[in-house]
Amino acid sequence: MQEELILGYLPILVFLIIVTCVGAGMIIASALIGRKNPNSEKISTYECGMVPIKDARQRFDVRFYLIAMLFILFDIEVVFLYPWAVLFDRFNPVIFGFIEMVLFIVILLFGYIYIWRKGVLSWS
Amino acid sequence: MGLQSFLFYYFAIVIIATAALTVSRRNPIHSVMFLVPCFIHTAGLFLLLGAEFLAAIQVLVYTGAIMVLYLFVVFLLDLPSFRIKKITHQQTPLAVLAGLVLVVQIIVLTVVAVFPRPAAEVKAPYFLGNTEAVGASLYTTFLFPFELASLVLLVAIFGAVVLARRERGEELP
Repeated sequence: MQEELILGYLPILVFLIIVTCVGAGMIIASALIGRKNPNSEKISTYECGMVPIKDARQRFDVRFYLIAMLFILFDIEVVFLYPWAVLFDRFNPVIFGFIEMVLFIVILLFGYIYIWRKGVLSWS
Repeated sequence: MGLQSFLFYYFAIVIIATAALTVSRRNPIHSVMFLVPCFIHTAGLFLLLGAEFLAAIQVLVYTGAIMVLYLFVVFLLDLPSFRIKKITHQQTPLAVLAGLVLVVQIIVLTVVAVFPRPAAEVKAPYFLGNTEAVGASLYTTFLFPFELASLVLLVAIFGAVVLARRERGEELP
């Protein structure tokens, strides 16, 4: 039984192997057959916009972290939807499964409305 | 050596290697990035054990979301001052203690696995399909804790917003 399950993932394994081969093949092929005539402009680090004036290792605004935390919370909400979606037609009665998930989402919807009204998502 | 054991050794070796790189890199961003292959290969191990749902969560939540959180923690820290004050060295006793506990656990589990007691017969779990099995108990037997989980998430949303949001017009400290 477990063997079968793993064999079901074999296409993904084949896919990963092909992807690795194609990616590595491109790098190797361009290294082997590509023309190289570097000059100082070409090999300097590409920067667009202003010339950097400070070290990049400075503290970031905490709002980035807030967005990441909210992302995690709603991500976990979505994770709960997976087994529910798999089982949906087997709930007895089906409306029971529907209502319990609606309740779950509505509770979290309050959180979303709170975030929205507090202006967390607007980046002024 | 079958495909299964080959895959197990592949995943295990990569996990150990990336974990070692995670703790040994001096650049914290590199450390965090080495956690990504570590988490993905852990998902592979879960898959080998037949825990499909766990593997999906490992990729979605850990590799997707938790990693982002780790990265932002690194961004938020004032790392140059850490290096000067050697703040991280204060954690050494605690870290050693936690490591020792884990080592003891691994030793105990290995001994139990190598010398199994003959009386304790492990029943093979009924293979319903992992995701279905999780859902079947989550949405019926554990319905109340499941709905409670949404409340816990809600409290976490409020907490995150209250702690991290500045009022409009407030300047950076």
